Amino acid sequence: MVSTPNGFDLDNTGKRIVVDPVTRIEGHMRCEVNVDEQGVIRNAVSTGTMWRGLEVILKGRDPRDAWAFTERICGVCTGTHALTSVRAVEDALGIQIPDNANSIRNIMQLNLQIHDHIVHFYHLHALDWVNPVNALKADPKATSELQQMVSPSHPLSSPGYFRDVQNRLKKFVESGQLGLFKNGYWDNPAYKLPPEADLMATTHYLEALDLQKEVVKVHTIFGGKNPHPNWLVGGVPCPINVDGVGGVGAINMERLNMVESIINKCIEFNKNVYVPDVIAIGGFYKNWLYGGGLSSKACLAYGDIPENANDFSAEQLHLPRGAIINGDLSTVYDVDPRDPEQVQEFVDHSWYEYGEPGKGLHPWDGETSPKFELGPNAKGTRTNIKELDEGAKYSWIKAPRWKGHAMEVGPLARYIVGYAKGHEEITDQVNGLLRTMDLPVDALFSTLGRTAARALESEYCGRLQKHFFDKLVTNIKNGDSSTANVEKWDPSTWPAEAKGVGMTEAPRGALGHWIKIKDGRIENYQCVVPTTWNGSPRDAAGNIGAFEASLLNTPMERPEEPVEILRTLHSFDPCLACSTHVMSPDGDELTTVKVR
Amino acid sequence: MTARILILGIGNVLWADEGFGVRCVEELAQTYAFGPEVKLLDGGTQGLYLLPFLEDVDTLLVFDAVDYGLEPGTLKIVEDDEVPSFMGAKKMSLHQTGFQDVLATAELKGICPERLILIGCQPEELEDYGGGLRDIVAAQIAPAIEIALEKLRALGVAFELGQTPTNDLADPSIMRGAYEDGRPSEEEACRIGDDRFLPQV
Repeated sequence: MVSTPNGFDLDNTGKRIVVDPVTRIEGHMRCEVNVDEQGVIRNAVSTGTMWRGLEVILKGRDPRDAWAFTERICGVCTGTHALTSVRAVEDALGIQIPDNANSIRNIMQLNLQIHDHIVHFYHLHALDWVNPVNALKADPKATSELQQMVSPSHPLSSPGYFRDVQNRLKKFVESGQLGLFKNGYWDNPAYKLPPEADLMATTHYLEALDLQKEVVKVHTIFGGKNPHPNWLVGGVPCPINVDGVGGVGAINMERLNMVESIINKCIEFNKNVYVPDVIAIGGFYKNWLYGGGLSSKACLAYGDIPENANDFSAEQLHLPRGAIINGDLSTVYDVDPRDPEQVQEFVDHSWYEYGEPGKGLHPWDGETSPKFELGPNAKGTRTNIKELDEGAKYSWIKAPRWKGHAMEVGPLARYIVGYAKGHEEITDQVNGLLRTMDLPVDALFSTLGRTAARALESEYCGRLQKHFFDKLVTNIKNGDSSTANVEKWDPSTWPAEAKGVGMTEAPRGALGHWIKIKDGRIENYQCVVPTTWNGSPRDAAGNIGAFEASLLNTPMERPEEPVEILRTLHSFDPCLACSTHVMSPDGDELTTVKVR
Repeated sequence: MTARILILGIGNVLWADEGFGVRCVEELAQTYAFGPEVKLLDGGTQGLYLLPFLEDVDTLLVFDAVDYGLEPGTLKIVEDDEVPSFMGAKKMSLHQTGFQDVLATAELKGICPERLILIGCQPEELEDYGGGLRDIVAAQIAPAIEIALEKLRALGVAFELGQTPTNDLADPSIMRGAYEDGRPSEEEACRIGDDRFLPQV
């Protein structure tokens, strides 16, 4: 038994279970746990299995193009990476963006939050709680009654509606195209919903798809295209011409009206479907309050959604900024991404080297020199690892730390920071939810707390989106149609050397890009992404990361069916690769589970 | 009414031959002029987010790098019912799970295009982050486009030599030429991958 400095007891003597969504070159994440004789997780090891050297491919490129590369890092967070990138370049070069650009960027970023949260819940996470096969047994009439009780204002609730969906689902399942629902652990006792709740939630899975189609149009309108919307250092790439009719590209009243209608649809969906579903489904899992991990001890948020252009001071951000450490919610520290002592990355347990053990590097001075080696207790070979040795290097993910602390990031971290700071909307939402569900504050520190925080945040982001839409329209009506500041577009106006940092709150947590520019070109570029914080390996002092901490002390119904592990890891909304099931070489959907 | 066609390139341009599909669509847009019934789209690794584009489409033609265990640079054409299972034949990257899910979800929603055509190319190299297409794969862009044109001709789709102006392709900074020419040198930017997958390194 080992006690970590961040307050967890680890015991790796029990049976080892490997959950590896890796096939051949695939997968960013693998996890290994040891369970005791009662099937309770007593040690957890999270590893990133893929080398991602985005930083190095940007060397020598034009800083004004960096967003287009970073947009391709991930299939989900495209816009957030692009926004972070343009902010980093603007920070380095001292470029001020116009008010309209701030409002439009906020609307796009909030839109992405809402979109991602909804897609995550219904399409990536719901199947950890909802059993679509069980939905076939539901009584449509009883489902209709359940729907009306859970959300009286949702218009789609008739027995006929649910019967239709059930028939479609049945046809789909019977056609053998289980596809989406293949390889679930559908007879695992960890699934607790009655068939009617399963049918209701599966129906909303389809409704969420319809909404998704609408939501992305906001990116097409402001970013010119979707997927991969355009971004611009200095502002946004869409001119405003409210009097224009049908013009190509320019934002006119017709397009603004379309944006407003999409914002309203999101608000409705959050109110009538998403939040009520989380409360209803959560109600059946009220006793499953595992998975809190670091959330009750150490949370980090950079904050985002500045009220005014170019003002990133903490009190001006709608999504809160701050750090909580040692479980002390009475003190929220401010976060300075420039301070070389605050954000640092360590590689003692990562497959990189800095040449000096125990050394942490601030991202501006970040190095990415790979060193792949397995520890003496690892089993298997370098090309086919059976079991990792967490005492040595064991991950391609570096270990970022805030003043030496392992931190959780993401919606729950943002909400805990907001709650601790007394942020009005967040506090009201959280208290309301706890009251409705008759749960104590401590219930927040759990897998379900993470899932609930995401739903509340989606709701809050909807309101913020409306706020910035109104602000944008008012500003335009007052005669300001400026969307970009191109004074410093020409590299001849830049200093010979500059460095900057861009921060955002990506849907899955705090995201930072640090850039160094020399002679008009990128000299160094480092991204510290949310999944690096949450999925970080141990550091030299032995602190475990958020994924690892969250799995501890969770009882598993059937260790060979890791529903509980997936539930908790998915609740972090890790990058796409790890949040979806993967394919085996013969085409079956599969998460490999090995019990040793 | 003329059938509506979506020509989609998928894959991650940052992973060497994984960019094949996206580059094919890019090239197609630069060499042929299509009418408004044809949409050319760089789908990247967007997975489920591509679902809305399938709606109201009669024919979906996909360019992609797919691993069939063939000789590098071999083209493989798969149609209709076989497409979903072939896309999962051997999974190479994130976007394939994503796209198989897209087709399954489209089926569940009843919006799956009637005709599916997949033009796949066997990659030579994927483990080269920041790299461009290998010669043998790049050489298949033109033949892949020829096959696509033949399929489109058979469907009665009109086109001519020229260009199709569209917003739906990559930003110019990561179009093939700019992307491959602007790559930092190996000394500046380490290219070593994970040796579990690159045992030769």
